[in-house]
Amino acid sequence: MNASAPPPKRKLLVATTSLAGCFGCHMSFLDIDERILDLVELVDFDRSPITDIKHCSPNCDLGIIEGGVCNAENVHVLHEFRKNCKILIAMGACAINGGLPAQRNSLDIRDILAAVYAQPGRGVHIPNDPEIPLLLNEVHPLHEVVKIDYFLPGCPPSGDAIWKFLTDLLAGRTPTLGHGLIHYD
Amino acid sequence: MSNESFFLDEEEIPFAEGQTIIQAALSAGKYIPHLCYHPEFKPHGSCKLCTVRIDSRTITTEDGQTVKIPGRAAASCTTPAQAGQHVESETDELRDLRRTLVQMLLVEGNHYCPSCEKSGKCMLQGLAYDLGVMDPHFPQYFSKREVDASHADILLDFNRCILCELCVRASAEMDKKNVFSLSGRGNTKHLICNSESGMLGDTNLAATDKAANVCPVGVILHKRHGFEVPYGQRRFDKAPISDNAVQYAPVKEQV
Repeated sequence: MNASAPPPKRKLLVATTSLAGCFGCHMSFLDIDERILDLVELVDFDRSPITDIKHCSPNCDLGIIEGGVCNAENVHVLHEFRKNCKILIAMGACAINGGLPAQRNSLDIRDILAAVYAQPGRGVHIPNDPEIPLLLNEVHPLHEVVKIDYFLPGCPPSGDAIWKFLTDLLAGRTPTLGHGLIHYD
Repeated sequence: MSNESFFLDEEEIPFAEGQTIIQAALSAGKYIPHLCYHPEFKPHGSCKLCTVRIDSRTITTEDGQTVKIPGRAAASCTTPAQAGQHVESETDELRDLRRTLVQMLLVEGNHYCPSCEKSGKCMLQGLAYDLGVMDPHFPQYFSKREVDASHADILLDFNRCILCELCVRASAEMDKKNVFSLSGRGNTKHLICNSESGMLGDTNLAATDKAANVCPVGVILHKRHGFEVPYGQRRFDKAPISDNAVQYAPVKEQV
C-alpha cells in the first residue's frame, strides 16, 4: 500500500427535515441548481424529503432543519435529529426565531382553533383525531428546545447563501455570509 | 471649522468646537454604528451601539510584556470630540458587544422581517446584517404588543419598537406637537400616544410630520405604501449600512 496516498475521503451523511415551515427553504436548497452535482460528490443524503427516508441513521454528520417547533411531533423529530447528527443547522427564519408561525404566540391557542374550525360555516368542532399531533401553546425556535450549532438566516436563505454556507462548513471553515447573502427575509 | 483633530481607529478626523465624536466621524465619512442617534436631534445616548473606547494605553510590565489597558467606554453621540483623542470603534471587542446589543433588541420585540414593510430599509436589520448577526442567541421574549390602526394615514405596530425616542424627539422638538412619549419603566416601558383615548387617530399627527417619517424600524408606517420597492432593490439589498456614512439618516418615507 502506498503510504503517501491520502485515504479516500468519507462522504458526509446529511439529513434534512421541515418542521413548522413551508418547505420554502428546501425549495431554495434546490436553487443551488447544478451545484447539487458537486454537493453529492461530498455528501450522501440520509433522512430527507429528497430521499423519503423516514428516520435518521445513527451516524449522520449534518442535520439541516427548516421550520420552528409548533407541535408535539416537531419536538420528537427535533430530538431524533439532535440524537443522530453531529452538527445541527437551523435553516431559515422559522427555525431561528419561530418566523411567521410564531406570530400566533400572542393569541390563545384555543381561540385560534375555535376561530378556524368551530365557527358557523367552518365546521362543528376542533379536530381531535389522536393521529393529529397536539399543538404547543407557543411556537418556539429550535435553539430553545435542543442545542443548535449553526444558524442560516433568510426567508428563505437564497440558493447562493445555502451554497456558501455549506461549502464553508464542508471545507472546515466557520460559515460567513456577508453583504448580499445575509438576509432575514 | 477649526483645525483640531482626533484619531478614530488611527485615522485623523478633523472636528469643529462642540462637535461630538459621532458628528465629526460622520461628517468625515467614517461610519460609527448607531440607532437612536439622528443628526437633526439632540443626542439621546440610550441605544449604546455607538459606544467607542477612548484613549486605550499600551504599557510594558516589569517582565517586559506589553499589556493593553482598555480606555474608557463612552457613547460617541454624547461625548465631545477632543484634540488628540485616540478613539477605537471597529475592534473585535466593540463589534461583539454591538452584536449582543442588537441580538437583545431582536428578541425583546417581535421582529419578523419577512412580514415587515420596513424590511430592506430598517436600521436595526441593516445593523444586524453588518454585524453578522446569524442567530438571536437569547430566548425570544414573545412580548404581547398591540397594533394601532386608528389613524387615517399612519399605522403603529408596537411589536417592533426599540424605544429610541426619535419620534418623541421629532414630535416635541420639530413638529411642536408632543404626539409621542415613552411610559413605564424597565421591561414595561412602551411608546404611548398623547390623546385622551391613547389612540393615534385622536392625536393631531399628520403624515407629513417629521415624527411620522423618522422611525428607524417598522413601527410608524404609512398606510397604502407597504412593499413599494421590490426585493433586491431596497436600500440594504444594494449596499450595507456601513457603506456610506452620509446615508446614515433613516430613509425619508415617500408620502
